[in-house]
Amino acid sequence: MKTALGIPIEYYLWLCAILFTIGVLGVLYRRNAIIIFMCIELMLNAVNLLLVAFSNYYNDPSGQVFVFFIMAVAAAEVAVGLAILIMMYRNTKTIDIDILNKLKW
Amino acid sequence: MTLNVFYFLSFFGIICALLVVFSKNPVYSVLYLILTFFAIAGHYILLNAQFLAAVHVIVYAGAIMVLFLYVIMLLNLNQESEPHKSTFLKFAAAICGGLLLIIFVGALKGTELMGPQHQDSADMGLVKSVGRVLFSDYLLPFEVSSVLLLASMVGAVMLGKSEKTNDSK
Repeated sequence: MKTALGIPIEYYLWLCAILFTIGVLGVLYRRNAIIIFMCIELMLNAVNLLLVAFSNYYNDPSGQVFVFFIMAVAAAEVAVGLAILIMMYRNTKTIDIDILNKLKW
Repeated sequence: MTLNVFYFLSFFGIICALLVVFSKNPVYSVLYLILTFFAIAGHYILLNAQFLAAVHVIVYAGAIMVLFLYVIMLLNLNQESEPHKSTFLKFAAAICGGLLLIIFVGALKGTELMGPQHQDSADMGLVKSVGRVLFSDYLLPFEVSSVLLLASMVGAVMLGKSEKTNDSK
């Protein structure tokens, strides 16, 4: 039950669960759209870390390739998302997400 | 020794992640998130994924966070213009986060890992082995991700383009 350098794999499970929860907490807690984006990055990174830990545990490089693809998708997501944020700021002069309530029923 | 390094990186990363959520100024949040990413890069090095550690520092700390900083400076955000939720909603958010953590702990506690035990190989995370898998088994997703990056670049330019230049034509 240990990775290559002798750290139990459960420790990585707990660490990634805590990091992911902090990301979810940030999405729920803040109203600033940029901080919400950053918390989404934090969640993606928690999952990446767990993928790398299991890739090391099973000695299989496929997990690291998945992390590589997640990084590419995250970069694309951030570029488009920040462009949307800038457009939203240009139209409403704020980045408070409570402005965006037109889809509420 | 490695366990101590693990504990240090973990607590450093968790504290910085909490400061991302709770610091008032968005610029400080970005800087703390960069520190969190460095802690995660340290974890990658501990896990023999040296190539991913380098890519992580370059892509996240180098490119993505600079993009965030630029947007924050472009929009001129600071402590006074920061929107705040009501105390009730903050309390509800904290309870929801805590419940999610409890669910994770309950689901993961006592799980048995299946599969073969690993053999030690220090060069698993180097460019050679990762690149061999990336360009043989995952060649098609690699090409598709290049199309994705192109599409996101075009999309970002289209979205960020000022609408006044459209009208003046």
